[in-house]
Amino acid sequence: MKAGKLVLFFVAGGLFGTGLAVSGMTDPARVIGFLDVFGAWDPALLFVITGAVGVYGTGMLILRRVKNQNPQLPSARSSPIDRQLVVGSTIFGVGWGLGGFCPGPALANLGALRVEALLFVPAMAIGMFLAHRFFGADR
Amino acid sequence: MNHYTLWHALVGGILIGLASLLATVLSGKIPGISGVFGRLLVAATPDKTWRAVFLFGLIGGAALSFALWQSAALFRPMRPLVVMAIAGLLVGFGTRLGGGCTSGHGVCGVGMGARDSIAATLMFMVTAMVTVFIYNRVAL
Repeated sequence: MKAGKLVLFFVAGGLFGTGLAVSGMTDPARVIGFLDVFGAWDPALLFVITGAVGVYGTGMLILRRVKNQNPQLPSARSSPIDRQLVVGSTIFGVGWGLGGFCPGPALANLGALRVEALLFVPAMAIGMFLAHRFFGADR
Repeated sequence: MNHYTLWHALVGGILIGLASLLATVLSGKIPGISGVFGRLLVAATPDKTWRAVFLFGLIGGAALSFALWQSAALFRPMRPLVVMAIAGLLVGFGTRLGGGCTSGHGVCGVGMGARDSIAATLMFMVTAMVTVFIYNRVAL
């Protein structure tokens, strides 16, 4: 892969990490505040996901109309809603509610060397390894 | 930028959407964080370089933002460390089994209107809300 393209990947990652931090999603209290619908509900995550989904959805629509420019865009076709999807998403939800971290914010907090992230990320890697190794999870 | 408002949430979300769009165009794949990270752990993955570079960028961008803006650096620990370790295990296992996390399913999949991603997102959101509800009532 050309160096220029890798620089762009770094920029994309940088934008992603900046977005997570600016949006407040690297603060587990804000995430858990959103999930705590019967407590002091914090709507911030809804604004984050609205902004992200809106930009991504609109962007992909435009890109698909611009022909001959992007030879390889990922398919928007749905995979089957099978048992792996249901069980996996449920287990993820339990972990997300327990910790207030999903994968992006957990990695972003490595940037501040926070002990929560330094513990969470290796544990997450082990969980991923187990899913790959014993359940062939590679969707 | 030191006083957090919902504008920060919206602008941050827009940045996440733009970043995902750029990574999609560059890689030709859906750049969900759990998939980008998880496949680094699989020996047979052929395209490890961009994945690692993208994630280093993510960590670097967050680190820079933490340094520049007080509101971004706010971090309020909510759980004991042992709970964080268990949560990490579940998040890792569940996202790979379910084929995506908040970014791959929640942002990209939902953004493209994929039915499996909409179903997955509803499931992990509701499950996480139930988990918080229960945790708040049983935790000592």
